[in-house]
Formats: sequence, C-alpha cells, structure tokens
Amino acid sequence: MGHPQPPHDPRGALVRPYAVTRGRTEPQRHIPIEAVLVASQAAVQEARFAGHDKYRIAVLCEPRAQSLAEIAAYCRLPLGVARVLVADMVADGLLSLHSAAPKEGFTERMDLLERVLSGLRKL
Amino acid sequence: MDFASSERAGAQPKEITSAKIVVAGGFGVGKTTMVGAVSEIEPLTTEAVMTSAGVGVDDSSKVPGKETTTVAMDFGRITMADDLILYLFGTPGQTRFWFMWDELIRGAVGAAVLVDTRRISDAFAPLDYFENRHLPYLVALNCFDGAPRYEPEEVREALAIAPHVPLIMCDARHRDSVKQVLVGVVEHAMATLVAEQGRGFQPTPVG
Repeated sequence: MGHPQPPHDPRGALVRPYAVTRGRTEPQRHIPIEAVLVASQAAVQEARFAGHDKYRIAVLCEPRAQSLAEIAAYCRLPLGVARVLVADMVADGLLSLHSAAPKEGFTERMDLLERVLSGLRKL
Repeated sequence: MDFASSERAGAQPKEITSAKIVVAGGFGVGKTTMVGAVSEIEPLTTEAVMTSAGVGVDDSSKVPGKETTTVAMDFGRITMADDLILYLFGTPGQTRFWFMWDELIRGAVGAAVLVDTRRISDAFAPLDYFENRHLPYLVALNCFDGAPRYEPEEVREALAIAPHVPLIMCDARHRDSVKQVLVGVVEHAMATLVAEQGRGFQPTPVG
C-alpha cells in the first residue's frame, strides 16, 4: 500500500507560507517533529469545516498515525506552518497527539530503548 | 499523557510512542541514502523556512540581502509495532543551520555521525557539535567503493574521537549494514543510560 495522498492543493506555491495560519507563527503548544497524530473518522468529518489545510491534515492522519514531519512533507507545508495548524487541531479536538519518547525515568527510557532495539533486529 | 482531546478525536485503543534517531554528517556524505536503506517509505523531505538576514527588521524591502532560506531535512519511518514508530532524521547538510540540529536532536534516542573516508575533514564540524551535546552518538565510516580504506583506529586518531564513542564501518546503501549502525546507536544509548544511572545521574527511589 502506498502513502496516503492528501487531496491536491490547487493553490500550489502561490500562497505565502504563513497566510494559511493567518499570519500566526507561534503554535499553541510545542509539538516535537517526531510526535505522531491521529484523526478519528468523526474528526475528519468535523475538519471539513475547519478549512482546506486542516481538512487535508485530518484526512492524512485518519488511516494511520503520522508525525508532524510527515504532515508537513505530504501536505507540502513548511514545518513551522504545519506545527501551528496541528497545534490548533489538537486544541480543537480534531487530532489526538501521541507521546514522543520519554525523556525522563530510567525504567521508561530503558524500556523504550529495548523495544526499539528489538524492532531493529527484526528488520 | 498528551491525550486531552481524545474524547472528541475518538477513542484510540493505544498510546503510540514515536522515537527518533538522527543521522548527521557533512554535505553529500550519504545521510539520505542511509535513511532510505531501512525506511519503509521513500525518504521524505520536510522544510523549514527562515529568513537569513534582517531579524528584527520590519520592512524587508530595506534589507537588500534578505532572503528566505529553506532548510531541508530528509527523514524515513520504520513502523515497529502498532504502538511504536521509529523515525530517522538526516540533518541539514549545511553546518550553518546548527539551530535546526538542536531541534532535531531534542528527545532523540541517539545519533550516528556518518563520515566519508574520502573527505574526513568534513566530519570535524558535526563531531564538534555532538561532543558538546548530551546525546549518545557513534561514528559510522561510510565506505564508498574505491574510497581510501583506513583502519578504524587511524580514523579515530585523525578525528580525535573520544575512546568511549563507538566507531563502526558501514555501507550506507545496504540495509543490513545500516541496520547494524542503528543497532549500535541504540546499544550505545542503553550503555550510556546504565552508566549515568550507575553514577547516580538519575537517582531511583529505593524500595
């Protein structure tokens, strides 16, 4: 199965990067580049009314979890723009934000490393 | 943890954890090749746009040299389980974009610094960078066809790589070889974590 293709954006590169965020450059919350986001089917329906870019993002994150980096790449948005939109969508309940790797706690960090190691060995 | 909106976004059965490993190195050293060798998707590019001059200047037309610069980072993905995804991020090749490196390494499991044995001096800047960061890293010598072969210890000495930093040979085009590099990064991260724990770096509650 190929990658999910977001709906085509006919505006191409003509839109200045931060126009889609109405000029805002600061996200409501910082989202790590590798944090993954998921949209439910209900959220996709709701996102139809949230504007073109947010709808594209919801459609992309419905069949499988996508990182902020993937959202930016597939939707051809600069990372900073994608981060503002995604933070809005999390605040509005259109996307659920999943955790990036734990930064603290020996046991939590070691568990994750062990899982990643075993995943790599199975490749 | 960050699941506040789950009621409206629909009940997800599991929290998905994502981890990242950073592949660093100079321009053209094979970072994207390395990412592509193990990624389940064709490496993607994400771009950060920034202005290269005129910070704090409101009217850009008054700053002739002002340009927007796009910093590109290539990355790949390995879905390890339905609740675990590993991302591999290549650093921007141009070392003037250090601030993007800072963002990339934040929260990373570890890093591999890829070194081209034909252009060893290109590795100085990336290695300097990691020496001063609190992130486990190893050095991977990318052995291109026909590249001068050095003994790993020669390279270690030439690049003044600290004894505790692992140094391995690899071929960034080959999946198994790249897999070994990544296994090495994670093993080194585990050893570093255990050593920190042993030194009381992160005290555990007794009981």
